[in-house]
Amino acid sequence: MQRYIARRALESLLALWVMSLVVFTLARFTGNPLDVMLPLEATPEDYARVAKHWGLDQPLYTQYAIFITRALQGDFGMSWKWPGRTAMGLVAERLPATLQLAGFALLISVLIALPVGVLSAVKKGTGWDAGAKVIALLGQSLPGFWLGIVLMWIFAVHLGWFPTSGQGGIQYMILPAITLGWFQVAAMMRLVRSSMLEVLDTEFVKLTRIKGLSEWKVVWKHCLRNAGIAPLTYFAIIAGVLMTGSVVTESVFSWPGTGLLVIDAVRARDFQVVQAVVIVFAGIFIFTNLLVDILYAYLDPRIRLR
Amino acid sequence: MATITIPWYAPPRVAHALRQARRYPIVSIFILTFFLVVPAVLAPQVAPHDPLKGSLSKRLKGPVWQQGGSIEYPLGTDKLGRDILSRMIYGARVSLAVSIVAIFVGGAIGTGLGLMSGYFGGRVDALLMRLVDISLSLPTILLALVLVAAVGPSFWTVITVLVVLLWARYARLVRGETLTIKERDFIARARVAGASHTRIMTKYLLPNVVNSLIVLATLQVGYVILLESALSFLGAGLPRPTPAWGLMVADGRELIVTAWWVSMFPGLAIMLTVLSLNLLGDWLRDHLDPKLRNV
Repeated sequence: MQRYIARRALESLLALWVMSLVVFTLARFTGNPLDVMLPLEATPEDYARVAKHWGLDQPLYTQYAIFITRALQGDFGMSWKWPGRTAMGLVAERLPATLQLAGFALLISVLIALPVGVLSAVKKGTGWDAGAKVIALLGQSLPGFWLGIVLMWIFAVHLGWFPTSGQGGIQYMILPAITLGWFQVAAMMRLVRSSMLEVLDTEFVKLTRIKGLSEWKVVWKHCLRNAGIAPLTYFAIIAGVLMTGSVVTESVFSWPGTGLLVIDAVRARDFQVVQAVVIVFAGIFIFTNLLVDILYAYLDPRIRLR
Repeated sequence: MATITIPWYAPPRVAHALRQARRYPIVSIFILTFFLVVPAVLAPQVAPHDPLKGSLSKRLKGPVWQQGGSIEYPLGTDKLGRDILSRMIYGARVSLAVSIVAIFVGGAIGTGLGLMSGYFGGRVDALLMRLVDISLSLPTILLALVLVAAVGPSFWTVITVLVVLLWARYARLVRGETLTIKERDFIARARVAGASHTRIMTKYLLPNVVNSLIVLATLQVGYVILLESALSFLGAGLPRPTPAWGLMVADGRELIVTAWWVSMFPGLAIMLTVLSLNLLGDWLRDHLDPKLRNV
């Protein structure tokens, strides 16, 4: 077990390192950063002086070493688009809004996926099951950004139940959260369904029925508790996906989170901010993946031997 | 008296229709051919207008059944007065081109590396599989955003992003299959007969994994179209004024109150296309390669 965790942790660090390498290399592609930093009338002496100041006269590997040491301390430099702000400061400021939205989306998708998944397993082959399948299929095929616009059109523009965009009370969060969670509902539902089907087939469920427990108790108490393990670990994956998936949703609903920040930064080609967001998100994403793998290995010993 | 209870919740027709749709991919194939392939191939012939030129006097006209709409612009016009239908027809071409090129390149790279990884084993295998794990754990959209921030949006930027995301699946799949196939007798015989490593990989191993490759590729076309449109929507995909479906939806976002048709129809096109591709992929998988169920 320890060996497995160590190996996976090492892999995760490696993945993060690759990401930092990608970001660093691409940053050099954007052209000489000095062209952006210095005014047009700067002399070659100015260039040399500023290059020395920022360490840009050093060979590339030294520059990378400087970049990575600073990044490890959470320093990604100053933003180009938002003057006077550090890239990391902007990310830290926007992160709570994203976390809030992702948390709410997670809640909504669990509230939909769990009952529907259980029902479609218990009532296998009926209309419920078919309905669940349709949801699952749509979940795979609906583009999230378009779903957001459609929801906005129906519920905000026509029915006027919710505001179209922005941030405020809970009513601002419902449409974005559904948009963000929709894709996950399908996956989670299928997982709940298949593990419920497995449990419903076991001996102990028959025993609870023989004992004369009500069907409600059999299904929701005894079965769900046993079938819940696999979906539970999956929730952690979703948490990671929701974080990164928020880029699309936030840009549809102008939700002022990290996703919107990175889009604005990309449009302004503010590479410092893009860099910071990407490394932070990649860290969260890779870390949740690691957590899930460890959780799985803990629950299912067969994985450790792989 | 025996009564037959009909559960209110079970409209058996829906379940039946769904089963039929899965069993007979004809519906999917029909939709795909007529809404994707034919328009894509014959775009210049079937599109009523130029997808890039519009006239400002005819901007934001509604679809034909709405007041102010005319048969000249069946699905309305966007804010630059361009015909939505024509742009959607050319958009089919764009989506198809992007997904085919990306899957072809990504699939070729992945297959090549997967064959080598499975066939040679040892250090090559260990290294390549680590690389696969890493590339599968990178966050998709973010990678695309970095690349676009660095080099700017273009057709080849999108292709690069997609290839980076796609190759690992093929490598993993092909490697797994190669591991079992290479133990079989005909591979040993080929080696005895003096076939080179390259020959064994291309002439003996490759034909045996082609079925799985076709299934995976079909299953991925829908995913790639979805991804490309999401990237375009974010401004990290194809550059304007390319008639890409994702870009068209993005154009309509701020017009949602006044001109719903601008983003509604392209989105519908994406959904229908991806839905039929998924159904077709499921069917192909069940018939060609049932062991891929969990890929």
